[in-house]
Amino acid sequence: MDTLYKLMETILPFSWIEYNFMKNALLAILIITPLFGILGTMIVNNRMAFFSDALGHSALTGVAIGTIFGIADTNLAMLVFAILFALLLNTIKRKNTVSTDTVISVFSSLSMAIGLVILSRGGNFSKYSGLLVGDILSITVNEIGSLMVIFIFTLLFWFLCFNHLHASGINSSLARSKRINTNRMEDCFSVVIAIIVMFSIRWVGILLINALLILPAAASRNMSFNMREYHLFSVMISLFSGVSGLIASYHLGTATGPTIVIIASAIFFFTLFLRPSGKSKA
Amino acid sequence: MYNFNNNRKLTVRQDSACGLHCIKIKDITVRTSTQTLIENINLHIHCGKITALIGRNGAGKSTLIKAIIGEWKHEGTIAFTDLKNNTVENLTIGYVPQSLNIEKNTPVSVYDLFAGYISKSPIFFHKNRKLYQRIKDQLSIFDAQDLIDKRACDLSGGELQRVLLSIAITPVPNLLLLDEPISGIDRNGMQLFYNNIARLKENYDLAMIIVSHDFDFVRKYSDYVILLDKKIVKEGEPKEVLDSDEFKQVFG
Repeated sequence: MDTLYKLMETILPFSWIEYNFMKNALLAILIITPLFGILGTMIVNNRMAFFSDALGHSALTGVAIGTIFGIADTNLAMLVFAILFALLLNTIKRKNTVSTDTVISVFSSLSMAIGLVILSRGGNFSKYSGLLVGDILSITVNEIGSLMVIFIFTLLFWFLCFNHLHASGINSSLARSKRINTNRMEDCFSVVIAIIVMFSIRWVGILLINALLILPAAASRNMSFNMREYHLFSVMISLFSGVSGLIASYHLGTATGPTIVIIASAIFFFTLFLRPSGKSKA
Repeated sequence: MYNFNNNRKLTVRQDSACGLHCIKIKDITVRTSTQTLIENINLHIHCGKITALIGRNGAGKSTLIKAIIGEWKHEGTIAFTDLKNNTVENLTIGYVPQSLNIEKNTPVSVYDLFAGYISKSPIFFHKNRKLYQRIKDQLSIFDAQDLIDKRACDLSGGELQRVLLSIAITPVPNLLLLDEPISGIDRNGMQLFYNNIARLKENYDLAMIIVSHDFDFVRKYSDYVILLDKKIVKEGEPKEVLDSDEFKQVFG
């Protein structure tokens, strides 16, 4: 780690790089924002924005359950709860009795409320309010290590499963006819989103995590014609807003997460005007 | 406009239907927790034949299609036999949906769409030249090769239909299921679609089931007609079914 720190200090001639917490934050952003960019493409294509938002909200209940059972590692409680939450949502969605939006909304509100009720017992919710906004500057070296593991795991999943995942989203009957197990694909993807959201929520915050997942892909959509461009632009926009947001927040003395979101939003509106007029290039 | 003879793909490849493959659909029933959607459907379908599936809305046409694909859980069996040596084989299915779940402005090109179904290499990563050519060849069967770089969301109903047909017959399935498009295709487009179906029947060794709302087409092109209303109300030659009392009762 020390050699990496030294290297960063030599490469980057900025005053903020002297602080180790800034180096850690930068490393974390370099790992996590490309992931957001990649996953976002599929979340936006398959109209799952509401779903990932609900997953973020479920983190509160996860933490709450963790504290009730006295599990020291609330990360684990959050993760397990989020995965169960995602799979349960999928199962209910498939029953087809209520519209998906309604189901997700009910789940999202309920899990948020349960979390708030449990955590606010005895009036000390302020202890957990950091979860809402997150703090990337508090990330530790060990946590960066686990982010790296998730990064590799997600890339593997993406390379192996993307085509089937894509096919499942476009038309499930057509995917079935090509012998693709659409339900399994959907579940796997939901679990991957759950893992990423839960691991990054401490640093990004419940209120902002969905913005970071959706915005880069949404902006990229405005300028791409095919999947390759879509992924490339999304990852680039995500990386750019992450890094520039971190630096800007350092100089402005603002919270990092919201600063990143503002930059990503600005890019989104900018690309909205760049948008191709609806005709494909030949 | 459309020149079939120019289409070397179609004339060179594929032996036409041998009539010796048989798909036996036996006692298919689909139930939800509250109601029975279709009941005791029995069908024999031979390769090289077009079976038209007609019925009012909610009669269970799509349910039957989805049961055959395996998307709906069903009772009963579907077996595929080769009558030449009487062996049971694995049935491969092609499916042409009515529409795709693609919103406006979605960055999925026709190449992406196609490659996603036939290639293992992830479509966001790189464009494979050989695959690109293969897809172009397959699209050219339905004169859709020029659409390969267009975004799927920008295609007209008829164009999308031709792309979906190409996808459905790559690789060539034993059974092709078609959901006839209700909207987005004009009269000429429909005629083109029917011509394509007729060509498929002549040139490929496959059986077809078409959900249709166009009785002129059914009368002219299909070999067998099933009138569905939760169960099979009437079946037989087109003329027989379309002129029957049962038909008049349902559509009267």
